[in-house]
Amino acid sequence: MNYITLFNQQTVPVASIPEINYFEFLELNTGFIRGHKERHCVNYFGCIENEKVKLYCCIADDLTHEIFVSSSIVKTSSIYASFTSRCLCFEKFEREIHENFGIKYNDHPWLKPVRYAHNRSDKNKTIANYPFYSIDSEELHEVGVGPIHAGIIEPGHFRFLCNGEQILHLEIQLGFQHRGIESLFLEKKKINQRATLAENIAGDTVIGHTSAFSYLWESLCGFNTTNDIAFARTLALEIERIAIHTGDLSAVCTDIAYQLGSSVFGRLRTPVINFFQEWCGNRLSKSLVRPGCNLFPFTPTLAIRLTDILNAFEPDFTEMVTELFKLPSALSRFERTGVVSQEDVLSLGTVGPSARMNALNRDIRLSHPFGLWKNIKHDPIIKHHGDVYSRVQIRKEEVIQSIQYIRTLIENIPECTTYENVLEKPKPDSFVISLIEGWRGEICHCAITDSLGELKMYKIKDPSFHNWLALALAVRNNEISDFPICNKSFNLSYCGHDL
Amino acid sequence: MISNIKILYHQGKQFIPDVTTVEVPGIFRGRPIISVNKIDENLLRELCPTEAIATNPVSIDLGKCTFCGACAAKFPDKISFTKEYKLSVNKREDLIIYEGVDKPLVLDENRIRKEIRSMFGGSLKLRQISAAGDNSCEWELNAAGNVNFDMGRFGIEFVASPRHADGIVITGPISENMAEPTQICYDATPDPKIIILAGTDAISGGIFSGAPALNRSFLDKYPIDLYIAGNPVHPLAFINGVLALIRKKKK
Repeated sequence: MNYITLFNQQTVPVASIPEINYFEFLELNTGFIRGHKERHCVNYFGCIENEKVKLYCCIADDLTHEIFVSSSIVKTSSIYASFTSRCLCFEKFEREIHENFGIKYNDHPWLKPVRYAHNRSDKNKTIANYPFYSIDSEELHEVGVGPIHAGIIEPGHFRFLCNGEQILHLEIQLGFQHRGIESLFLEKKKINQRATLAENIAGDTVIGHTSAFSYLWESLCGFNTTNDIAFARTLALEIERIAIHTGDLSAVCTDIAYQLGSSVFGRLRTPVINFFQEWCGNRLSKSLVRPGCNLFPFTPTLAIRLTDILNAFEPDFTEMVTELFKLPSALSRFERTGVVSQEDVLSLGTVGPSARMNALNRDIRLSHPFGLWKNIKHDPIIKHHGDVYSRVQIRKEEVIQSIQYIRTLIENIPECTTYENVLEKPKPDSFVISLIEGWRGEICHCAITDSLGELKMYKIKDPSFHNWLALALAVRNNEISDFPICNKSFNLSYCGHDL
Repeated sequence: MISNIKILYHQGKQFIPDVTTVEVPGIFRGRPIISVNKIDENLLRELCPTEAIATNPVSIDLGKCTFCGACAAKFPDKISFTKEYKLSVNKREDLIIYEGVDKPLVLDENRIRKEIRSMFGGSLKLRQISAAGDNSCEWELNAAGNVNFDMGRFGIEFVASPRHADGIVITGPISENMAEPTQICYDATPDPKIIILAGTDAISGGIFSGAPALNRSFLDKYPIDLYIAGNPVHPLAFINGVLALIRKKKK
């Protein structure tokens, strides 16, 4: 075999991952993807080894629950054939490898900087001189937006090529948020520091990223995640989904100037995140999830509070979405706006709601279950038009679905058994991959340890890494005034991408 | 139309009548109190992810604290977090809480520039800059303007352009890649203008303090008018902080 088959959150010796020559590596991984809509690349990254770069490619199979991992050693001085020219979904991964290590590709169509990382190979490239695509024409004009935007949101630059009001092309330049989180994971040795870093990857997906990190760390340390810990994380992940989806519905209403929807969804989000504060003392659920311990056990008293909150939430939420979805002025803005075709969804390898918006059944809760999802029958919500309408509908239906999951979950609250951290040192020379379905989609954390059990590599992939290009394609041929609503219907992460 | 009015009616009263005195639900970790009990101080210092705890005497720097509560969980007799959300100061050192001292955080009245109260007391327009903020402070600043917290009732608002603003609010530790845009935004704001640092990441860099991908030199150039602690800042902390800065306390 020239690859190894793993399951989600399974630790294996790094030596058990076959190392093959680059051409075989390219044939193998692009062969996995082509013609298989149930497979996609969850992570593809490089790691320096003896002045060469070792590439690891991880392909997930949604039907068999497996992850295929293979590796290959390449030299920074040589020129290689790209995966991207055969499968577009590797596009950004190869750009990142090129940016970080200077590896050259002879047939990559779009070898541009990804995030101007502080440890990039070519320091002459700076964020101020990004090579934007442009067309020399008297009929066309360019519109530049950002990095600082009009609202209270994160920075990123959007460059539109427009023909009148119509967008021909959008290029999204990111990297402004780069804080060097991956290298800080290696430098900060304390577990509480690493957990704090994980919460800061994307502050709107605290449970998603800290859960990915915690499951990964527990697997590395040989700790069997106890039932009460898994329960708390599973529950919190769904509460986070409800809170953010509701907030996004509010933002979508703001962008179509529907004041009532904006206010009602905005205030509906408040009791949900206030519940996090009652549970762990922080509205954005920071400090709730830590590896190997259950600092804030979920008690029956909290269950009663949560039930009360959901009982009050659900009728008001249902009333508001019902009204929103029969409002002609809202529907005319949602329907057939910002369409991403099924072919594009497949070839880009989008994840989460950005995959499910156009008939692609991709949900880690179902395909690579973690925590309590191993015992819950999950039915992902799938839509078929790939437009703003589909994405907003997914938001609405996932909120209702998550409420049902929570109601079922809190019927059986496991007793708390693990207050204290009882983790051993991580296993030496090991490899582990951890996948979580956050509200934005699939979060992937990978770690490799050295012979002493210290972290040698920590690789983070936020779902936005796949999905930003889908937004750029969605707005083509739309009016530029529809950009805000397209953007909000995706609501992708800048800091999760820039790391 | 009628269904819209019905929905409006069903919302009931959502706003918080008095944002300066309301009690927050649950176990909010606000201003800590450190007792004079003797404990293993080295172990206490080790617990902190961001080196916010110093010893001899024991103190917590709220400009560095992530409010994770790990110290209070391990040493409940030594450290306890109150529910007090007034976490703003205008002198950086005042964010350090010492053992045996239990008094609310207040602004140093002498340091508040005269023009702030005379010009911004009734209306303050702010431009927010997310300089590598992780989107948690950004969510909370947005929430400060929602129907629950309704910051707009005090004339405090976020605006779309620095040219319409009376000051900037920085969230996040300021990455190298955001250093220039931050400077450009500040320069585009007309005088007189204020600078507010919101959240632990902005005040000290938080967990990112000292990281090579940051460039915090902007902060060395200008006086900071307000530090608001939090990870992220609570909307009530933000509103109360700004009110303390722009309005004179009623006697």
